Amino acid sequence: MTDSLAISKFSDLANPTRFLALAARILPFMAAATAILFAIGLYLSFTTEGDYQQGLTVRIMYVHVPSAWLSMMCYTVMAVSAIGTLVWRHPLADVSHKAAAPLGAAFTLIALATGSLWGRPMWGTWWVWDARLTSVFVLFLMYLGLIALNRAMDDPSRAARVSAVLILVGFVNIPIIKFSVDWWNTLHQPASVIRMGGPTIDREFLWPLLVMAIAFTLLFFTLHVMAMRNEIWRRRVAAQRRMAARLAGREA
Amino acid sequence: MTHTFYIAMSYAVTAIVILCLIAWTWLDGRARRQELAELEASGIRRRSAQPTGDAG
Repeated sequence: MTDSLAISKFSDLANPTRFLALAARILPFMAAATAILFAIGLYLSFTTEGDYQQGLTVRIMYVHVPSAWLSMMCYTVMAVSAIGTLVWRHPLADVSHKAAAPLGAAFTLIALATGSLWGRPMWGTWWVWDARLTSVFVLFLMYLGLIALNRAMDDPSRAARVSAVLILVGFVNIPIIKFSVDWWNTLHQPASVIRMGGPTIDREFLWPLLVMAIAFTLLFFTLHVMAMRNEIWRRRVAAQRRMAARLAGREA
Repeated sequence: MTHTFYIAMSYAVTAIVILCLIAWTWLDGRARRQELAELEASGIRRRSAQPTGDAG
C-alpha cells in the first residue's frame, strides 16, 4: 500500500507541471536551510584551531573537500539521470542531466583551484600530473564537453540521448578518481574521511567539514532544482514559439 | 606569501564561483519567466492551458 503510493508519487513527478509546482513549494525551504548551514559551517571553519603541521591552511579543506565530493556526486546524479533517459525515457531525466552539467563543472573548478592554492604552501607546487589531480582535470574536461554537446544540438531529446551515452561511458572515471590515491603513488593524500575503518581525521576538523559538506550538497540540490525548472521553462518557450509560428503561417 | 593569502584566495575563488552560479541560475529563470509571460500576453498558451472552447 505504502509502496504503491510512493511509486505513484514518484511517477507523478514525471509530469513537468507537477514538478514545477513541487519545486515552487520546496525551493524556499531548501534555500533557507542552505543559507543557515553555510552560516554555521563558516563560523565553525573560522573558529576551529589550526593543524599542528599545516597550521591554518587546514581551513582550505572546508571548501576544497566538499566541492571535490560534489564534483563526483554531481556526475553520479547525471549518470542515474542518463539511465533514466535511456531505459525509462523519463521526461525529466533529460532535463536533470542537462541542468546538472554546468553545476558539476563549477564545483570541479572550485576543487581544482582550491586544491592548487592548498598545494602551493603544503607541497611546494601549484600542480603535478599525479593520478588524482589528472583524473579530476579529465572530469572537468568531460563536464565542458557535455555542456558543449548539449548546446551544439538543436533537438533536445536527441542531444539528451547522445549525451546520456557519453555520460555513462565517462562514469568509469568516477571510481578511478576515488581510488586513484590507493592504486597509484600520488602526491595527493589518501582518503581520511570516507574509508574502511572510519575517519582518521581529528574531531576538531571533522565537524566543520561535515557541516560544510552538507551545506554544499544542499546548495547543489537547490541549484539543480532551479536549473531543471529553468530548462522546463526554456523548452516551453521554444514549443510555444513553434506553435505561434505555425499559427502565423496558417493565417498568412 | 603567507598562509593567510592562500586561505583568503581559496575562500574568495569559492565565493566568486558560487555567487556567479547562483546569479546565472537566478537570471536565467527570470528571463525564461519573462518570455513565457510575453507569449501569454500575446495570446500564445500551452495547449493544455487553453480553455476548452478555443481548442477547435
